[in-house]
Amino acid sequence: MTEQTKTMHKDIEARFAGIIALDDRSGYEGYRVEAEKLVEFATALRDEFGYDFLSSVTGVDYLPDEKMEVVYHIYKSTGGHALVFKVQVPRANPVVPSLVSIFPGADFQEREAWDLFGIRFEGHPNHKRILMWEGFSGHPMRKDWKEAYYEADAKPFDARWPGGDVSRSEDKMVFNKNVAYPQDFTPENWTPEGETALYSGMQNIATDEDLQTEHVVVNLGPQHPSTHGVFRMVATLDGETIVKLEPVMGYLHRNHEKIGERNTYLMNIPFTDRLDYLSSMSNNFGYVLAVEKLLGDTTHIPDRAKYIRVIMAEFTRISNHLMAIGALLNDLGAYFTPMLYALKERELILDIFEAVSGSRMMCNYYRFGGVARDLPPGTHEMMRGLAFERLPRQIDELDRYLTENEIIRARCEGVGVLTPEEAIAYSAVGPVLRASGVPYDVRRADPYSVYDRFDFDVAVRYHGDVYDRYLVRLDEIRQSIRILQQALNGIPECDNCLGKPRYSMRVPAGEAYGRVEGPKGELGFYVVADGGPNPWRYHVRAPSFINLTALSKMCEGDKIADAIIVLGSIDIVLGETDR
Amino acid sequence: MSEKLNTPGYDVPPEMQDVVAITTLDKIYNWGRRYSAWPMMFGLACCAIEMICTAAARFDFSRFGMEIMRPSPRQADVMLVSGTVTKKMVPQIVRLYNQMPEPKYVVAMGACASGGGPFKEGYNVVSGVDKFLPVDVYIPGCPPTPQALLHGLMKLQEMMDTQSIKNVRWYQKEPLDAIPIPILGPDLLDPRDFPQFAEKMAASATENKEA
Repeated sequence: MTEQTKTMHKDIEARFAGIIALDDRSGYEGYRVEAEKLVEFATALRDEFGYDFLSSVTGVDYLPDEKMEVVYHIYKSTGGHALVFKVQVPRANPVVPSLVSIFPGADFQEREAWDLFGIRFEGHPNHKRILMWEGFSGHPMRKDWKEAYYEADAKPFDARWPGGDVSRSEDKMVFNKNVAYPQDFTPENWTPEGETALYSGMQNIATDEDLQTEHVVVNLGPQHPSTHGVFRMVATLDGETIVKLEPVMGYLHRNHEKIGERNTYLMNIPFTDRLDYLSSMSNNFGYVLAVEKLLGDTTHIPDRAKYIRVIMAEFTRISNHLMAIGALLNDLGAYFTPMLYALKERELILDIFEAVSGSRMMCNYYRFGGVARDLPPGTHEMMRGLAFERLPRQIDELDRYLTENEIIRARCEGVGVLTPEEAIAYSAVGPVLRASGVPYDVRRADPYSVYDRFDFDVAVRYHGDVYDRYLVRLDEIRQSIRILQQALNGIPECDNCLGKPRYSMRVPAGEAYGRVEGPKGELGFYVVADGGPNPWRYHVRAPSFINLTALSKMCEGDKIADAIIVLGSIDIVLGETDR
Repeated sequence: MSEKLNTPGYDVPPEMQDVVAITTLDKIYNWGRRYSAWPMMFGLACCAIEMICTAAARFDFSRFGMEIMRPSPRQADVMLVSGTVTKKMVPQIVRLYNQMPEPKYVVAMGACASGGGPFKEGYNVVSGVDKFLPVDVYIPGCPPTPQALLHGLMKLQEMMDTQSIKNVRWYQKEPLDAIPIPILGPDLLDPRDFPQFAEKMAASATENKEA
């Protein structure tokens, strides 16, 4: 902590004396705030102290203390460390005031906390489930909620190791499926809730009284060629113009966090691969940083390992942005040809990943304290060839074909505009934030690993439309190539100097929030350790998920055809959105 | 290819050889079908990315007659279930399958679609798409490489070769029933369970008591 932040914290403590208390649990940081004073505290924090970027909101279930906790991580959009504050409420009746009116970016995250923990947010404008469906029984992330296939609280399960029970879970179920119903449930006495709650808010929007027009509700997805997976949008249209748009998600909710809390710390690394499955290396990076913070041994990582991490993360960024540009052009109607150009380069990057990690997509390469193994012979030359020769040329080619194209400019310019103030308020991150003129990049704002050693620019554009988001991605690829060239020149050459990655270790009790600038934006991992072999709480602050909060705002007033490209320009991956 | 097609299984008189083509209806029919198996453009999760890579220039499954991916189930022949099947998504998947015209095939791509994969224990995950749909080919891997996917699709073509219009299920006299669409209740409800629902609930209650 620098001197400046220390005085800042003193000022905060003085300003809010009596309302906040230092979180004095060992290994914890930040402040505890009284639930009644939360809105007042957050407003003053934003308006008086400049903490305007609410990054992460999540619930934690402290079952032994009979408490539910909501944890907030807040930043300044000008850079610096996080301020953490928490609200504790009794577990029997968890009610917390909603912050949506001050920070609209909290919208989906509070809904998620309601859905998974059953924490009620008073004053939330759209208080319903988000990942599971309305009518699902229970709040699954609560520690005392058990799923149908429940075996034990922590892995490895006794039945599987070392005993080697090879039975299938569904064979033990009466219904032969992964289902469990409440004891008194019968299909005859049950009426489905369906989607009335979703549509009810859509129909009653005031229409123009003179014209007597009617609004039409159009449903896109979850099976739709443009929604990048199983995403769904419900749009209310006035003619072709979008009046209101609501994203519906959860169709790929595969319980990452619940499974992550059963896994040991090491077991979670391959699961993080499957979050944003286009950029597994970055996901690994964020998670190992969070756990290394808990372990408190960030300094022991050898330089070569740090360089390898940065190199892999930057290659990931390039391959992700290539795919994003290809997909955006798909959405614009240039079906698959630009994608083929993008995939051609992506395949070469995947070859490097396969060489170092053994897998094209699910790399599982980072370890606590380093990386899984050193670069195999020949890889360095492959990477040099790409970073110095091939990629700069190919990116220029893409640029030449696409950027000045008349149709692309006509379709993208001025569409899906997000002003800088809105972008910050909606907690948008990554290229979406930077295309709106906010030069915020975690690599620069709160440097991690060895990013402070490289010379690179934070790509930023100022119009906040789809076209600028495309341009920011192109710029970022160029900056990544710059970083790669410096890293490949500067990587220390030595034999067996990678140190010893740690596989099974004791993680001291405490909490940590590790964040990296992933290709889609700030990717954060909030891990709470209780001293046991597996995390007590494991939360992913997913950029794709939180960026979607602003989707509705960006689409309002645009045409329905533009909603597709606005979504394409956010660049979501459903594995991360739904987790 | 024509040689393989042109062997009806009995002797063709020498003067007729290379002049007329004699084959069986099954063979010509399967030959046409195996080279025009259009997959449905429908990606669920990570595996969908490998599916896109397989469609792209390096691996290119149009070499096997599958170049046209159709977003509409009405025009698709093969459903590539590429990713984790969740409870929230499975009603849509079953509905899409019901909307596909026959002949139709299902390929379970990857560990999740085959049996739940790494996410099997999750509360929102279906333990494999075969709990609801008849699967023709399972492809292992997480995700399967494009090569593995191509191999799986070739296996599907081999399977098509062995079929006969006399006994495939969609050319029988009786019309095929649509698969009942699962319902999202307090947990996923399968209408096929409803007749024995009360008995099964009672059985699970006693089981819980014993445990």
